[in-house]
Amino acid sequence: MKTTQRDSDADWVEAMDRIRQTQDKAAFAAIYRHFGPRVKAFLMRSGADSSLAEECMQDVMATVWTKAHMFDASRASLATWVFTIARNKKIDALRKQRRPEPEDLAWGPDHEPDQADVLAMQEESTQLSKAIAELPEKQRVLIERAFYADLSHSEIAEQTGLPLGTIKSRIRLALERLRHSMQ
Amino acid sequence: MTNINHHLNDQLLLGYSAGNLPEAFNLIVATHLSLCDECRARLESFDALGGALLDEQEMVELDDDSFDKAMALIENAPMARPERTKPTCGVLPSPLIDYVGGDLSAVKWRGIGGGVKQAVLKTSKEANIRLLSIPGGTAIPDHGHHGMELTMVLQGAFTDEDGRFGRGDIEIAGEHVEHTPIAEPGMDCICLAATDAPLRFNGFLPRIVQPFIKI
Repeated sequence: MKTTQRDSDADWVEAMDRIRQTQDKAAFAAIYRHFGPRVKAFLMRSGADSSLAEECMQDVMATVWTKAHMFDASRASLATWVFTIARNKKIDALRKQRRPEPEDLAWGPDHEPDQADVLAMQEESTQLSKAIAELPEKQRVLIERAFYADLSHSEIAEQTGLPLGTIKSRIRLALERLRHSMQ
Repeated sequence: MTNINHHLNDQLLLGYSAGNLPEAFNLIVATHLSLCDECRARLESFDALGGALLDEQEMVELDDDSFDKAMALIENAPMARPERTKPTCGVLPSPLIDYVGGDLSAVKWRGIGGGVKQAVLKTSKEANIRLLSIPGGTAIPDHGHHGMELTMVLQGAFTDEDGRFGRGDIEIAGEHVEHTPIAEPGMDCICLAATDAPLRFNGFLPRIVQPFIKI
């Protein structure tokens, strides 16, 4: 594992293949070192204390291993896939609710992802990260809060002191910018 | 795939992706997504946004024995088998079947007057959700809103000030909107309706009975 430079999406795809094919603990350890601390931070920002967040994060990371065959690199980056597992854990463990999921489509883990699609997905993920980094600070912070913290628009308003209408339009503006930069 | 003209908005898709909606709203969103490829694709882009933000997230320290504990969890849990919900061919998409306990024939309807029937589905208390069955040609009782109301058509159709709503279409009504949907003549119109506040009916039912019929 590289320590000086961030692992790329391609490295993650390879690491997931190794988990799936040879139950490679070293590959999993690399994924754990990168995502574990981030998932824990996400859960803490969503209202969990440090020990609950640690416990839930271990569960999330264990799911990354046990459901490794469900990861489809042509449909999502590893970060996105881990995010959806962490988000579901948040609803289940922190909000104590069921999470209704849409009906499955006719694709599944049994199809072999097309390499061109895998590469295109990695390309798009990189572009998206760049687009987020280029957002004006105020818009980026609001998007982050809408995503991370378990806060409604009106609660964000209380925290930031911004009127609700401003927040809604800033979030909308940020989404439009992101869409524009993805075209 | 049905032809859907009325879709989810960004606020709902972001909330569903972030996991911040009440359970009743999650259920109606999941039901719409089951029928709407367009919104499903938009949802995937919100999930991607969540993933990209997670990747940029500042790290917090893990417990010393963190990795070992996770490995212990893994050793005690076998590799999960691929799980797939079976595609449904009835009126109710699979997320609803989970809550009803079957397709339309399993719904426990209760008449609420005027031929209109409803069945409240059990979710967390922040919002509520129910199935409504309205005879063709009948007006759905006129109501105003305290909060947000989402109405999705599962069978038949209704029309109101915002146009025609058929299977898969979802109407998003905010606060202070008064509208009068009318079910199209023909088969019963079956809708799924989620509200984050009790509905306030105007003249259809005395307000005093509303708490008892759980609208």
